[in-house]
This record gives sequence, structure tokens and C-alpha cells, in this order.
Amino acid sequence: MLSVERINSYYGKAHILDDLSFEVRRGEVVALLGRNGAGKSTTMKSVMQLVRPRDGAVMFQGRNLVGDPAFRVAKAGLGYVPEDRRIFTDLTVLENLEVGRQPARRDAPHWSVEQLFQIFPNLSERRGNRGKHMSGGEQQMLTIARTLMGNPALLLLDEPSEGIAPVIVEQMARTILQLKAEGLTVMISEQNLHFARAVADRAIIIEGGQKKFDGTFAELEQQPEIRDAYLSV
Amino acid sequence: MAFFFAQFLTGLANAAALFLVASGLSLIFGVTRIVNFAHGSFYMLGAFVGVTLMEFLPGAVGFWGAIVLTGLVVGLIAAVVEMVVLRPIYRAPELFQLVATFGVILVIQDLALMIWGAEDRLGPRAPGLRGVWRIFGEPVPKYDIILIAMTPFILFALWYLITRTRLGVLVRAATQDREMVGALGVNQAWLFTGVFALGSALAAWGGALQLPKGGADLLMDFNIIGAVFVVVVIGGMGSLPGAFIAAVLISVLNVFGVTYLPQSTLVLMFVVMAIVLIIRPYGLLGREEVAGEHGQVGAPETPIRPYGTRGRMVVTALLLVLAALPFVADQFLLILTIDILIFALFAASLHFILGSGGLVSFGHAAFFGGGAYAAALLVFHTDTPMELAFLFAPLAAGLLALGIGWFCIRLSGVYFAMLTLAFSQLVWSVAFQWRGLTRGDDGLINIWPAPWLNGPVTYYYFTLILAVGGILVLRHIIHAPFGYALRAGRDSPRQAEAMGIDVKRVQLVAFAIAGVMAGLAGGIFVFAKGSVFPTELEIAKSFDALIVVFLGGVKTLAGGVVGATFLSSVEHWLTRLEYWRLVLGLVIIAVVILMPEGIVGSLRSLWARVTGSKSEVSK
Repeated sequence: MLSVERINSYYGKAHILDDLSFEVRRGEVVALLGRNGAGKSTTMKSVMQLVRPRDGAVMFQGRNLVGDPAFRVAKAGLGYVPEDRRIFTDLTVLENLEVGRQPARRDAPHWSVEQLFQIFPNLSERRGNRGKHMSGGEQQMLTIARTLMGNPALLLLDEPSEGIAPVIVEQMARTILQLKAEGLTVMISEQNLHFARAVADRAIIIEGGQKKFDGTFAELEQQPEIRDAYLSV
Repeated sequence: MAFFFAQFLTGLANAAALFLVASGLSLIFGVTRIVNFAHGSFYMLGAFVGVTLMEFLPGAVGFWGAIVLTGLVVGLIAAVVEMVVLRPIYRAPELFQLVATFGVILVIQDLALMIWGAEDRLGPRAPGLRGVWRIFGEPVPKYDIILIAMTPFILFALWYLITRTRLGVLVRAATQDREMVGALGVNQAWLFTGVFALGSALAAWGGALQLPKGGADLLMDFNIIGAVFVVVVIGGMGSLPGAFIAAVLISVLNVFGVTYLPQSTLVLMFVVMAIVLIIRPYGLLGREEVAGEHGQVGAPETPIRPYGTRGRMVVTALLLVLAALPFVADQFLLILTIDILIFALFAASLHFILGSGGLVSFGHAAFFGGGAYAAALLVFHTDTPMELAFLFAPLAAGLLALGIGWFCIRLSGVYFAMLTLAFSQLVWSVAFQWRGLTRGDDGLINIWPAPWLNGPVTYYYFTLILAVGGILVLRHIIHAPFGYALRAGRDSPRQAEAMGIDVKRVQLVAFAIAGVMAGLAGGIFVFAKGSVFPTELEIAKSFDALIVVFLGGVKTLAGGVVGATFLSSVEHWLTRLEYWRLVLGLVIIAVVILMPEGIVGSLRSLWARVTGSKSEVSK
């Protein structure tokens, strides 16, 4: 479904992604693991074209996205949830969802506001509240719900467990599994190995913008040296 | 009492058009972050297009139909302007678009002159609403009552659009974080174009609606823009109800001002704005601007380095040429060079606070003109010797900057810019309206240098030494610890404060230094010309300096000087043409689009590319 082929991304002169390639197949949940600064968020942004890879290709359902403006990437069926959430704090919950609304897509599950309120009951209670009056966990729920309003075929979740309470992290894990059960393909970036193992089918580990491991969690168990070298557990 | 009430109604009626124009500006700024100086031009276009349409369309249906059509026509024109001029430069440094909108002003001015001629047009009366109604025995024009009755509906319609429609939700979301809106699948380019067109259409409707009360003329664009900025800033950037309250406040105040304080009508508005901003720094209903909130991260700044040997050689060679100029040049070229040197010093002083301090002042002319006036007033009224009066120019300008800076430094970003604009307008209106002291627009004349300095060659050297000296002093300050502190305060005020730098104080001192240098330029100017007029304090003068700094390049030290030289020379050649504004406007727009780093910055990039590729070849 998504095939990233040897992309190189830069911030100014800093070389962040180095010939990075990987694939995400329909229906799976993939975890992108790595330390702080390994290039996880840049990978997400490079797929979304919020950071433009200088070379390489980002093939999504047979089309190269490199060079497209971000809105076209979103319209192609990629949903992006940024790590810093970036909800619209002056807008209410309902208005935030409205910004994300896009027409239904044949190859992806379709979400209505009411369905999303069933998945995220907290949001339902606060539908008229402004974003700035919500807790970190609620904001995290809102930013995911907002992206789902675009009916994406592939959801990119950047560090969903970061900075929220442990109870909410558990709820988040259940939610991701629920989304998978609905037929959504998900790619999450994580530093938290336990969280990743709980939700994902496969792990990709990067360090210094290069891929160091790509396989199942069972395979990762058998190579503890990789875990010790690239993940801070 | 009845008269009082009738006056109040007139003020309310005037507020209708002002509110329309201001809400359009507020809308455009909120979404695109462009301070659109060309907004007044769309207001003017609205008036002219409206007059023309009303001539073709008869009767009441024609009149109101013409007004509606005017908004559509001007909105369409604005959409084209946005796509051609602004779309290519959204990624350029902040406020760079400002210069482009200034180019648009010039182009529209000359196009309007070509199409409608220099004659003022009187607006037609609204059919069926020609007479007056008596309210408490006082005559109030019927059209005024209709306007007053319409205004709440306009406010409601806009409020509905912004709060209740999908477009409104997207607009508010984009005001906060436009990149995220894009990542959610919304085509920002069209959102921007739409908002720009809508905002401009609102301005045009304002222009068309005021036709029966005023008319259409070629000065409308600049005449309204000051009031509109005041309204938007008093109300709070981006707040519609705020803009409405402020429009009423300013319009009513104006009507009473004309009756009771005819000498101070121009000052009044800016005094109110200054008071409001001092009490509520972000306007009546505005909220604080947080830097970096909009998800726009610019490219990292490359630190400014002192010139290397090659740079020094170029500068030395240039100075030698300038020193030798009187031996080869005729008087015309000498006087032109004096103008350029004065302008270069003035621009360098703005560049100093803008580039190194990050303080975008829209009112720098206050210090240039202020210095010029300080010296001229002394000579004119007390026959002070030129040498003493001349020293007074930078001194007075520095003190003025210290005073104005004390108020302005507390704000940042657009609010800072607006408050400096307000204060410079204050200074301008004092010079314009306090005829007893300044002789108003008759100006102060016969301000000549001391006999030992008289004569073009001597005065040329006098100018050369002071202007070059001033620019070198500014350069020196930038490379001194004070300059580092200033740049630290610009790039990350919090860290700078944590390191023990009193950021606001450093900025205030820098602002005063810039004032001193602008005053010095003003002092040289007044004795070069022998006279000074309020035009030296006008918004246009401040804009000239801004344009020059942006054209030259904000991030390069030579930017101000190169820009000043470029603009002065181009202007000198162009003003011989009939439609020089059109050409100049197009030149400015072209430079902005083709050289987004400014002239110096772009030349440097080009140079780096040329030398870079050469070294690769040699490998």
C-alpha cells in the first residue's frame, strides 16, 4: 500500500533521513521505533510531504507522492496525526472535526462524527468545548478523531503515547486495535517498546535516519543486541 | 441635545463603510498573515467601479445592483492579484509580502488614473433616498439612516459566515495553523485566494456604499488605510465585533472632532489608538499573538559575518569613487548622490532595528522628519546658528524615539508595527495641523547651511562623511556585544533573558540609536533642500524606507544601503515618465517575486552558486 523507496530528507544542511526504504501493507499495524532524534517524525513528515525528500520515492497505491502539496497527499488517503497534536485551540471539538472532514473513500473505513464519539466517549461529552480547555489525553483523542474524519486508508500516528497518563495510554492501545479491526492500516512511531508490541504486527527500527531492523516482534526478541543498541529500554 | 444625537447618527453612518473595509483587512491578515497595505486600493477601486456601474445601471435596482456587482468585480481582480503576486511569495520571509502589496498600490494608482482620469468623481445619490428625515427636529440624510440600519445585518452576515459555515471554520483553523489545515486535506492555496478575494470585496463594498456621501478620487487609498489600520488594531486583529466597535468609536469621534476640535481631527484617532494599546496591548477584543504559533518555521538564520578582505576592498573602492565624484560629476549627479546618501543612512537606521532587532517599525519617518523639523524649527523661529540646530536634529529624534519606543517596545510583531505607525501619524498630524508652529503644508523654508558649508561640493563632502560615518557606526554596533544581545533578543527572547540580557531595554536603546541616525539623516536632508514639509513625516516616507530595506535584503547588512541606492536611482529616472508609478510598482513586484532574499541576498546566492560550480569543475 505504501512503499518508501530510498528517500533522503534534510533540515537545512542536516541530513536526517539517509536512503530510507520500507513498506506498509494493507491491513497491518507497523511500528516505527527508534530513539529521540532517530528520524521518526521526519519519516512521517516526509511521507506527508510536510518535509520534502530531496530524492527517492514515496509510492502510495501506485502513485509517487514526492513533490505533491500536503493537501493532495491527504486527499490521496493518508491521514496524519502530528506528535505535537496541533489541534485548533480556538475551535470547539465539533469544529475541529469539521476541519478534518473529507468525502468517503471506497478503499477505507468511513467515519461519522457519531461513530467517532462512540470510539472516543470523552470527546462526545465535550463536543462544544474549545480545544484549549481540554487535557492532554483529550487533545490526543481529538487529533486522532480529527484525522479519521478524512476517512484515510492509511493512518500515520506520530508518538501517540507521548506525554499522556498511563491509563490513557492503555485506552489508546485499545483504540488502535479497534481501528485495525475496522480495516484501517496504521503506522505509528514510538519510543515505548511495550506499547508498540501491544498494538503492532511488525517493527521497523531506525537510527540516524537509516533502517536497522525490519521484522516481527518475535524476530526482534531473538536479537536482543539490536534492541539494546537502538532502543533505550 | 438633538444636534448631538444627529451628529452621533452621522458617525454611525460613516462607521458602516469603515467597518466593511476593516473587517476585510482583518480577515485577510488572520488567514494569510499578510499586512495588506493595498487594501485601501481595493476600497478605491470599489468606489470607481461603483460609480461607473451606476452610470450604466438606472434606477434603484441599478444602484443597489451596481454595489453588489462592484464587490464581485473587485473580488475577481483581487483573486488575480493574489494568484499572480502573492502566491509565489508566501514562503518568503515574514512581512516580505508587505513590499509586494506596496507595489500593488502603485500599479492600481496608475491604472485608476489611466482608466478614470485625474478628476474627482462625485458619487450619485441613492434613488429614492435623496432627502432628509427629521429626527428630534434635526435633518438626517435618509441614506445615513439606511446605512445605519444595514450595518447590523452586515455584521450578522459576516459573523454567520465565520462562525457557522464550513468556510468560516476553515478560515479560523487556518488563522491558527495553516500547515495543519493543509495536512488535513484542505487546499490552502484556494482558501487563501478565496479569503483575499472576499476581504477585498468587502473593501470594495465599503467604497461603493460611501459613494452617495463622498465620491471617488485617487487619494482615497491612502486616506482610508490609516483609519482602517487604526480600527483593526483598536478592535483587536482578527476580531469582527472588535472591528465593529472600533469603527463606530472612530467614526463617531471623527464627527465630533470635526465639530468641536477642528484643529485636531487627524491626531484624535491616533491618540485614541495609542491609549487603547497602552491599556490593552492587543486591542479591545484581540488576543495575544504567540510567536511560532502558526506552525511556520523559517529557515535558520545564517549569522552575519564581518566582511572579509574582498568585501573590504569593494567598500574601500566604492568610498574612493564617492570621494572623487565631485571632480568628475556635474551638479545634478552630486545632488542626486546627496539624496541617495541621505536615504541610505535613513534606510540603514531602519535596517538596524528591523534586521538585527527584529523590530518592524512602520513609522520610521517620524524620526527622519522629526530630526528635520527639529533643526528647521530652531532656525526658522529663533535664528539658531546652523551648526547648533544641526546637532539638535539627531538629539531630538533620539529623544523622540526614546519616548515613542517606551510605549511601543512593550508590544511585538504586528502590534508593534501598528503602534509605531500610529505614533508617526501623530507626529505627522502635529506638523500638518499645528500651523502656528510648523506652518502646516506650507512647510518651513529658507533653512540653509552655514556659509562655510554652502555650495554643492562642500555640502556633498559634509553629507558623505556623516552618512558613511553613521552607517559605519551602525555596522560597528551590530558587531559589538550590544549587537549580539540585540540579535539574541530577536531570535529567542526567553533564552536571552535567562542569560541576563534585559531584552526590552536593549531593544529600547537600539530603537533610540536608530532614531538618532534617522534624525541625523533628516538633519542633513533639511539643510540640503533648504526646506521641510509634512510629506517627510508621511506614511509613504516610512514605507519607502521599509521597501528599500526589504528590497535590499533584511538578512544582509548592506541591504539597506543597496536598496536605497537602487530605489533612489530608479525613481529619479522613472519620474520623468507619465505613468512612473505603474512601472515602479511592477519593478518592485518583479524584484519581490524573482529575488525573495532581496537584491543583496539573491546576488550572494547567485555568487555562491557560480563560485561553487566553478570549484566543482576545477576538481
